[in-house]
Amino acid sequence: MTDQLSTAAPAPVLEARGVGKTFTGVAALQGVDFTLRAGESLALMGENGAGKSTLIKVLTGVYQPDEGQMFLHGEPASFAKPVDAQHAGISTIYQEVNLVPLMTVAQNIFLGREPRNRFGLIDFRKMQEDARALLATYDIHVDVRRPLRSLALGMQQMVALARAVSIDARVVIMDEPTSSLEAREVETLFRVIGMLRSQGIAIVYVSHRMDEIFAICETVTVLRDGKVVHNGRLADLSRVELVALMLGRSVEKVKRGGVTAFGEVKEGEGEPVLTARDLSRKHQISGIGLDIRPGEVVGLGGLLGSGRSETLKAMAGVMQLDEGSLTVDGKRVRSGSVAAAIKAGVVMLPEDRKAEGIIPNLSIRDNIVLAALPRLSRAGFTSRAKQDAIVDVFMKRLRIKAASPNQVVSELSGGNQQKVMIARWLAMNPKVLLLDEPTRGIDVGAKAEVQALINELADEGLAIVLVSSELEEVVEGSARVVVLRDGSVERELRGSEVTEQHLMAALVGENHSPAEESPAEIKERL
Amino acid sequence: MSTVTSAVRLPQKGSALVFLQRYGVYLAIALLLLFNLFFTPNFMTIDNFRVQFIQVVPVLIVALGMALVIGTEGIDLSVGAVMALSAAVIPLYIGYGPLPAAILAVLAGCLIGLANGTMIALIGVQPIVATLSLMVAGRGIALLVADEQLKSVIDPGFLALGRGTIAGVPYSVLLALVLVGLVAVLVNRTTFGKQLVSIGGSRRAAELAGLPVKRVLITIYILAAALASIAGIIQTARLSASVPSTVGNLIELSAITAVVIGGTPLSGGQVKVLGTVAGALLLQLIAASLIKHNVPDAYSQITQAVIILLAVYLQRGKAVLK
Repeated sequence: MTDQLSTAAPAPVLEARGVGKTFTGVAALQGVDFTLRAGESLALMGENGAGKSTLIKVLTGVYQPDEGQMFLHGEPASFAKPVDAQHAGISTIYQEVNLVPLMTVAQNIFLGREPRNRFGLIDFRKMQEDARALLATYDIHVDVRRPLRSLALGMQQMVALARAVSIDARVVIMDEPTSSLEAREVETLFRVIGMLRSQGIAIVYVSHRMDEIFAICETVTVLRDGKVVHNGRLADLSRVELVALMLGRSVEKVKRGGVTAFGEVKEGEGEPVLTARDLSRKHQISGIGLDIRPGEVVGLGGLLGSGRSETLKAMAGVMQLDEGSLTVDGKRVRSGSVAAAIKAGVVMLPEDRKAEGIIPNLSIRDNIVLAALPRLSRAGFTSRAKQDAIVDVFMKRLRIKAASPNQVVSELSGGNQQKVMIARWLAMNPKVLLLDEPTRGIDVGAKAEVQALINELADEGLAIVLVSSELEEVVEGSARVVVLRDGSVERELRGSEVTEQHLMAALVGENHSPAEESPAEIKERL
Repeated sequence: MSTVTSAVRLPQKGSALVFLQRYGVYLAIALLLLFNLFFTPNFMTIDNFRVQFIQVVPVLIVALGMALVIGTEGIDLSVGAVMALSAAVIPLYIGYGPLPAAILAVLAGCLIGLANGTMIALIGVQPIVATLSLMVAGRGIALLVADEQLKSVIDPGFLALGRGTIAGVPYSVLLALVLVGLVAVLVNRTTFGKQLVSIGGSRRAAELAGLPVKRVLITIYILAAALASIAGIIQTARLSASVPSTVGNLIELSAITAVVIGGTPLSGGQVKVLGTVAGALLLQLIAASLIKHNVPDAYSQITQAVIILLAVYLQRGKAVLK
């Protein structure tokens, strides 16, 4: 596919051949080939941990590759530090604008290369005129004497972009540039991208938003587990195919099935224990509604950036809501308060166990009883006997492998740390358990144990919401799956619809149901 | 001190390093006492120790509060100013008797702690910035309260706190012992203590576990200020005078040093109460030993700096060992 392209396409601006990067024995990139041509807009795709950010950092000189070679305009090139890459014409626009917020727009654009007058001092008038003229070429009209931070975020990004291009950038890498922009600002950004491309500037575009990718990108490079799994024209791929590539799904693997330790799953009965209505927060989620019944595991599907973690955080009181309501057993729960959510019986296992879950320096015992401590104390004084009773129960039940409850939790394996976290919440007798990536980064054995435990807890009547970036975990672990896309509910899959094919179609927002196609057709496309 | 150098020479001996991290401060005290036993006349006497204990009390009490703050990954630079404020308040109310005056002095100090805690927990100001501003402002307020004057305090009941003894043990030392006990119980046996070290260990995780992080932080800074106020009262009683312009000057540095060499890491998540006591004692003994040998005060300060470096080096070694 790439060969066909090269015949017609202009010469490559930036190339990587066989680039590899290893961190403490773990390969983040392996034999990555990457070609970017003048005027091309390339989508760099991949799920969490696929190696996108590592590749960007290699391209921009933040990391040096351990193996392989990069070529700039066909010549071998290496960037020892970010400045080298910038001098070579490679600029990066991050979602967070990294300019100086207190300086004026003009000062930011000319930072480090200010025009001088004959006394060697900064020529402010010329600087402002040049800045104004530069922005005007992109049809951006703003008072260049204003401090950058007084501008809307989208406008700040335009200034960053103008700065990048005015330093004679040949390649602009955009990492999630639209994640905090308004729709109108996104339009402006796309217009500017179009102008840049017509000047022969190549764009690398990283985004989780499929609509944007398909709207402005011409070619795509898909990374998975540090390797390039696909290179080609975006127009030749459907959304489902693209997602299949990102997630590494193949028809055979789907057919094999049963790769998780989940047993039979069933939908809950009776009144919902948790009802969420119209959960909304600017730029993150909008109008999400959920009903969770006792005894059921509800999967929350969605790609990265779809709002799946944010929805959990909203329900757990970690994130303040702009709008919406959460009721547990008919009682309204105050938004934005973890304590209120816990009191109502809603607890969350956070995605980042190391940074948000465990208290690394404390013992297993202290970590398990952390939330329940006030209940296990009298007049503020802790009771070791009460703690030991509860710690003993959970260490046995969850089969936490440790020398003793006194062992420092950071010494445990990831799987055992996760069990400690689950024990912490079970000790609170919750009604609703929100699990964000419960099996990420833990070994296969512990993974099966955690999955079996989720099953067991649901059987005992706990209501569980499961978020996982592993499709089979969501499909096999959940009785029904609510699929989110771009911060809203896209679809709900129930019963026989809970399959990887249906889920993938919903993830990308394809309206037609794959069931209408013949199975052969689906296999063909995957 | 020779043990410390041997550890530097043999960093590959992990167990020796661990031993020094845990017991280095006690070992240093033992060695220093041993040195004085042989080379300093009249050092190992009850009278001398009474003097040393009396002198260490203010730093020790301030260091207890500092240990709590450092346990939450914070720092409190305003403790000296708090001492000054409480000292300034004493002569204003001593007419109502020693106890009411002392209570008001502690309450005044707690206001500074409340201001620290509010800025840090609710507004999100960095502890070093918030407490630095109150270090400056607090002493200014103290001087305003005192009308920029040194005032002598002659209430006999109040002065007894500086001079009185029970069975030969000074009141101030007894008070310090009681406070050490209270803080040790607070840290090791209460919900509050566990929440404190959890916040220091990982504030984000503590928040997600539903702990009252803000309330705990505010309370910690109030407690630190309350302890500093008590130190200010004791200092005033010892001097028979309220000297808000100089009382507690640079005490934050001694207190931080005592906490760090006592084994409480500046990165938070742990509070070593006994270690803090030993740290304060070690500083006092070093200063006293040098004075007894007529070494100028400047050397005492340099020695302190070297000890801080060694203590921090040992803590760093701990991180490497992990």
